[in-house]
This record gives sequence, structure tokens and C-alpha cells, in this order.
Amino acid sequence: MKMLAVFATLMLAFTPLPLWAQDDHGQMDHGQMDHGQMDHGQGQHHSAPPMPAQAAPSNDPHAGHGPAAPGDAMPKGAAPMPPADHAADAFYDRADMERARVAMLRENGGTIFSQFMLDRLEYQARKGADGYHWEGEGWIGGDIHRFAFKSEGEGEIGGPLERAEVQALYSRAIDPWFNLEAGLRHDIRPQPRRTYAVIGIEGLAPYWFEIGAQAFLSTKGDAHFRLEGSYDQRITQRLILQPAAEVNIAAQDVPELGIGSGPSDIELGLRLRYEFAREFAPYVGIHWERRLGDSAAYARAAGEDVSSTGMVMGIRFWF
Amino acid sequence: MSILPRLSIDRRSLIRGTAALTGALALVRAFPTWAQSGTTGLVPAPDMLSGDLIRLTVGESHFATGGRSGHAVTVNGLLPAPLIRLKEGQDVRLAVTNLLKEDTSIHWHGLILPFQMDGVPGVSFPGIRPGETFTYEFPVRQAGTYWYHSHSGMQEAMGHYGPIVIDPAGSGPVQSDREHVIVLSDWSPVHPHVLLKRLKQMGGYFNMRKQTLAGLLAGKDQSAKERLEWGAMRMDPTDISDVTGAAYSFLVNGHGTAENWTGLFMPGERVRLRIINASAMTNFNVRLPGLPMTVVQCDGQDVRPVETDEFQIGIAETYDVIVQPGEPQPYALVAEAIDRSGLVRATLAPRIGMVAQAPPLRERPLLGMRDMGMDMSGMPMSDMSMSDEHSGHDGAMDGHAMKMRDKSVAPQVKMGPGVATLSPMPADRIADRPTGLENVGHRVLTYADLKSLTPHGDRRMPTRTLDIHLTANMERYMWSFDGVKLSDGAEPIAFRHMERVRVNLINDTMMPHPIHLHGHFFELVTGADEHNPRKHTVNVLPGGKVSFDLTADALGDWAFHCHMLMHMHSGMMRIVTVRHEEHEA
Repeated sequence: MKMLAVFATLMLAFTPLPLWAQDDHGQMDHGQMDHGQMDHGQGQHHSAPPMPAQAAPSNDPHAGHGPAAPGDAMPKGAAPMPPADHAADAFYDRADMERARVAMLRENGGTIFSQFMLDRLEYQARKGADGYHWEGEGWIGGDIHRFAFKSEGEGEIGGPLERAEVQALYSRAIDPWFNLEAGLRHDIRPQPRRTYAVIGIEGLAPYWFEIGAQAFLSTKGDAHFRLEGSYDQRITQRLILQPAAEVNIAAQDVPELGIGSGPSDIELGLRLRYEFAREFAPYVGIHWERRLGDSAAYARAAGEDVSSTGMVMGIRFWF
Repeated sequence: MSILPRLSIDRRSLIRGTAALTGALALVRAFPTWAQSGTTGLVPAPDMLSGDLIRLTVGESHFATGGRSGHAVTVNGLLPAPLIRLKEGQDVRLAVTNLLKEDTSIHWHGLILPFQMDGVPGVSFPGIRPGETFTYEFPVRQAGTYWYHSHSGMQEAMGHYGPIVIDPAGSGPVQSDREHVIVLSDWSPVHPHVLLKRLKQMGGYFNMRKQTLAGLLAGKDQSAKERLEWGAMRMDPTDISDVTGAAYSFLVNGHGTAENWTGLFMPGERVRLRIINASAMTNFNVRLPGLPMTVVQCDGQDVRPVETDEFQIGIAETYDVIVQPGEPQPYALVAEAIDRSGLVRATLAPRIGMVAQAPPLRERPLLGMRDMGMDMSGMPMSDMSMSDEHSGHDGAMDGHAMKMRDKSVAPQVKMGPGVATLSPMPADRIADRPTGLENVGHRVLTYADLKSLTPHGDRRMPTRTLDIHLTANMERYMWSFDGVKLSDGAEPIAFRHMERVRVNLINDTMMPHPIHLHGHFFELVTGADEHNPRKHTVNVLPGGKVSFDLTADALGDWAFHCHMLMHMHSGMMRIVTVRHEEHEA
């Protein structure tokens, strides 16, 4: 458990950081500039002495190391220009070949896939009226370009919907781990309804933290930020403990929504799920949230609780 | 759809000619004679196809093994497909009729033939449309063990594969009293497209042997420190196979372990096993506990006989071995998936009904620094000075995380989301024991043990060097050459006719890749000079490199790809084109 606590702490500490602190971006460009012209055929391959015919019968249990080392005196040479035509066109009907060629090119790397995931669909048992909460997302597209959507919301059991938002986004892979996303967010609740422009980034940070950051600008001109992070701690192959955190920050007061400028709320959760299948996992956990700063003051003025702690149970599924 | 106990089936009832099976659905668990349990070996049978005109029909069937059944794509209603037995020097015509609702094709894996007969839709021919018959026609110019499979969609993963045996024109160098064909494969009732979709959704979907907290507390696998170091790089040392035993049944000649395929022998006989890995996604470790194997052929090419206890067979490779079982007892033939997520046991026995004990699965291997392309411990001193920039590595991880995408080590690679890592110091792994067999306590074959029986013909030094990087991002399940997928509009790889080229395959991923070049044999650079082994498929170990010399002697356009079917389908493929020089102008 100590380790988990450390992970949870780390997760919080890392949440805002890795977006800007990624090792991959700037570095790469330098490499390209400096070494792009380098003749790496010369630079990389130095020869070991040719392996004597008798040497390294790696069949013997202790062998397995001596590389045979290709010669490096190998000339680099120049590649011929690839031809513009297709050899098979000389033997088969051109149109038939073209049809097959288009299909073959699409089939090997160009297939469209999709995913729909309801990450949390849960019942929250807490002081006062119990509540429900959902959080899900999906995408459809190729490896780089995707249409993505997200939705989350909550309410009291038997009461009205308190909060519900949907996002429609264009998502683009910008490096091996992160996607840039841009689009619209529409809040159905609370009222008055708001529509925001969204720009964000999400992905997998070092140490396997799932993180995301989004900035919102509403049609009324108010700006907000959201930071999220989670970590999957595999206890066994199927039992997974997931600490998660979310922080919302407002750039200004928005009295009609009860939001004060600065950090407006924080949520922490710890959910333990069991993956009967990868796609289907019930879970139990605890959830804590608190409104902060002026947002808390707005809540108190409205006679609402500033913080809430609850047990949660729910399911996660995807297809 | 019940599974009939194998032994209760009257064998004759299963011997069906091709004509009976041209309907849409064939019977459950119909096997060609050579693949039936209790076979005496390769003998003439109605379903062994030979002669100068061979008819094959591709259709839909159901297939069942180990209590699971599902949709299959089969040839003449059989899984595996019928054995095609040819003679070196003959001409052959193969008429392939497509009864599917989609296009199909047959690629003759390892056969030297005119490119327009090679059977890759969109590259060598237009494919075979539903209801059509296409007749392949070519001279048979070689001997050895080969195979054939669909190159359309993912039909190969659904059962569309079978063996080819070509007898030498004269007397061959390999003498045996009996032969068995051993077709290894992986099979799932789940459509391969769905398997691929799961991988795109979650790269580690099928890995049910990841490191866990429970494992850490029990002192298993990596230490906490190592886990943090690997976690910093977002790399998983248990990521050995994409699709595992969690999804696959592993088969010998269409039989799972419970169905115990049995090949007969008489004690003391020299038995030749023609072993073909026809899997979609599984590299196997092959052994017969208690029975040494003498490897006599690889990829259909004769090699100097070399004795071993175990070898790893990459997808699409073939190995012919001689075994000499001396006792009238059953011997297990074990093919174990390299991630140890499952195995299949078959039996060699003096009579039907005997069952060899299946050995337990060995411990799942963990990848190490050498698989990441940065272990220098085994490198000879002459290499230690190779590059100042990289010298001084001591195997410690500090600072390495930054170098896992150092573009200067591979300027030709297009960096992007599809390239998670570049091997900073790829070792030549031609003489390495393959993944997971590094420390087993018996003999393990490496490529350096394979020496061509006869010196190969082209002794010229290569006049050109070509580097090809095998690149990937496991998390996004993207696979490519040089960071570019075929579907990205990759340019063909061009060769001049009869040009001799040194090709270096550099594996920037942590998974072995069986790389196959159509229409050619190449000589692996093992240090045996003119006895370098000739192959059509080479398994490039993780984080390492292998080199081969190619004489581009086959005019036309050819496919070149990773034979992990889902890697190819993710874009790890190129067109190789061989033209006369004058075509360049």
C-alpha cells in the first residue's frame, strides 16, 4: 500500500508536467539537423574479424554472443530510381490491376478502426442523496487522424441531471504517446448551457501515467482549464487498482455557473476493478471531491456541500 | 457441433477427393491423409496432389479444435490444405477456383517462379475474384519443403495454408526411411480482423502475463528499480508476442494437444520431419525431449547436417530435421509459443494410441537490454571503439531513456507517432540464441550454425548497401519499415537486375520479426562465406540486426514484408522491384 501511496503522489505531481517536459520532441529535431547528412553506413558498421568457420558453435549452451559482424568495407553504392510503372500491368488487365493495387495499399496500414469506452458508469453512495456518474469516450479513424468524442456527467438518484457535457474532437497523434485534440464542448447541464471551443492534449506519460489537459473558451468569453491523470496498478493480471485525479481551473469568475476564478474543484478517486475480460470490468472504490476558493464560497452561499466523499461501485466496458 | 474423438473416426471416411468438397461447407475436422493422426508418413494418397495439373478450390468451412469451433477458410475443404507434391524439373499448372464471397489468392511461399505467378494481389496479379478460376503455371526449378497460403485479406489466419514438398530431380543428399510433414499453426475462432482491432485499441490486449504488484512482492520478474527504469521509457519487458495463447489454439497438422496428432515410426528408422511454421502470429520453439534433431534443410535449402536439441522457427520458415527414435515408445514433438503462453504437443510413436507426455510450459521470458538494442556486453573489443558518441555504456540505464529515440542512429527513419524507439546500439544477432532460449541447458540452433551444403553461386562482393529499419509503436500498434507504412505511399525498393546488394535489417522494436522477400533467396551473412545459408525468410531478433546478401536475379515486382500477418496488415510491407538498368532512364 505504501507503494500505491507513492504512485498516487507521483501521479499528482506529474500530472501537469510531462506535457511540456517530454523528452521526445525537441531532442529529435536536433538529431535530424545535426546528423541528417551523416554517412551512417560508414559511421555505424565496423567489422569484427570474420568468424572462423569453427568458431562459435552456438549450439553449445554457453555460446550465443559472438556476432558474425558483416564487413564494413561494404560500398554504400547508389540505389536505382524506382520505376514509375507496375510490372504486372504488362501481363494483366490494367484496370483490374489498379483495383487490386488500391485495395492492397489500403489493406496494409490504411484500415479504419474504432473504439467506444465507458470508462466509468457508477453509483456513488455518499452523505445525503446518493448519486450517479458516467465518463466515457470513443474514437474512429486511422493511426494518426481520428474523430473522437467524450462525455461525462452526474446527478442525484431520483433527482435532476446536475452536470452533463459532451465533446466532439479531431484527434491527431503528434508523437508516439500523445494526441493533440481540438473541437467543441457543449454543456447540457448546468444551466445556462454553455458551448466551448476545446484544445487539449492527452496520452501516456513516462511511468505509464495516463494524462490529459484541456483548455476551454466559451462563447461568452470565459476560459477554463482541466487537468486529469490516472495510473493502472496491476495487482494481478485481472485485478487493477486505479488512482485518478482531476483538477478544474477557471481564469475568471463565472457567477451564473457558481465558478470562482482560480482552482475551482478537485476530484480524487481510487477504484479497484476486476477484468473478467479486458472489455468488461466491474469495480468498487472511493471518490472524494471538493470545491475550492471562490467556487466553494458560491457553493456555501447556495447552501450546497463544499466537499463530498463517497463509496462508488460501477462497471467499465468497451468495444 | 460436437468434436468427434479423433481415434474413433474411420480414416477411410476422411479420405475424400477434391471433387466431393467443392460445396460451400465442408465437414468438421476433415484432414488430408498426411495430416491425419496415425499417419504412416508421406505416401501416395488420393488427396496428395501431384502431376502437371492440380486443382484447388478455396471455400468456407467450419473448423473445431479443443472444444472451440469457428469459421474457417480452407482449400479443398481441408485444414491444413492438401499437400502438393512436385518433382524438380517438371512443369505445373495449378487451377485455383474461388468459392468465397471475397477475392482470394495463393502465394507459393519460397518458390522461384515468374513474378506474375507469385500470387500477391495488387503486386503480381489482380487476385482471384469470387466464382473465378485462375490457373498458375510455372516450371519447378528447385527441391525442398515449402508451403502455400492466401495473400488476400487475413484468410491465411483462418486456415488457408498448406505444405509443398518438391522431390529432387536426382537423388537428394538427405536419406531417410520415412517422412512426416509437420505444419505448425495458430488458430482462433475469433475473426483475425477483430483480433487486430483489439490490438489497435489496446496494444497489450492479449498479454496475460504482464508484470504485476503481486509478482513484485513474490520476488518475480524485474526488481522495483528496473520496473521504474523500463516504465520511464514506457517499455514492457513482457511484450513478446502480440496475439498469445490467451486467444490462440496452437496446432500440429490441424490438431491441438488433446487431439494428439500422431506420426508413426519403426524403432531405429531415420525419420525426416518437414516442419513448416504456417502461423499467422506465432513464432515457436520446437523440440522433441530426449531425441536430438539433425537439421538438414532450412527454407527448402540443404544445409550441412547439424545436430541440436531445440530451435526457434520464425513464422514462414521451414526446417527439415532427421530424428532417429530408437525405442518403441512415444516421443513428444513440442511446439511452444515463444512467449510461453501455450504449446502444442504431438506424438511420434510406433503405433497409434500412444501418448507422449507433454512437458510443462517453461517460465515466460523477460526482454532485456540487448533486446532494446543497447547491450554491448557481448560485443568484441574491435567494436567497442566504433563510435565515441556511444562509448562508455556500461549497461546502466541512466541517461538511456533520452537515447531511445536518438534520430542520429537512423537518419533514414521518418520519425513520428509510429516510431516509439530506435535501437541505439543494435548488435549483430545472427549468432545469438533466439528470444527466451538464451539460457536453456541444452543445445539451441542459431543461424550461425546453418551452413549451406553446397557453396552458393554468386561469390561477388556486394556493390551496394541497403539499410532497412524495422520500426514500431506497440502502444498504438503501428508497424512499419523506416517509419513509413506501405499505405503511406511508400516508394518501392528498387534493385537493378543481377545487382548484388548487402541488405542490413535493423530491428528497432522489441519483438522478433520474420522478414520475407518474395521470389528470391538471399544469403544470410553468418561468416561462413560461400556457405552462408540461403533463405527466403529471416527472423530478426529484437533490438538487433542481421545482414544478407541478395542477388536481384528475378525481374518484376515482389512483395517484401514482415510475416507476422498483423504487422504486415499494419503496414510493415514494401514492394521490391527488380528491373533492367535501362528502365531507369
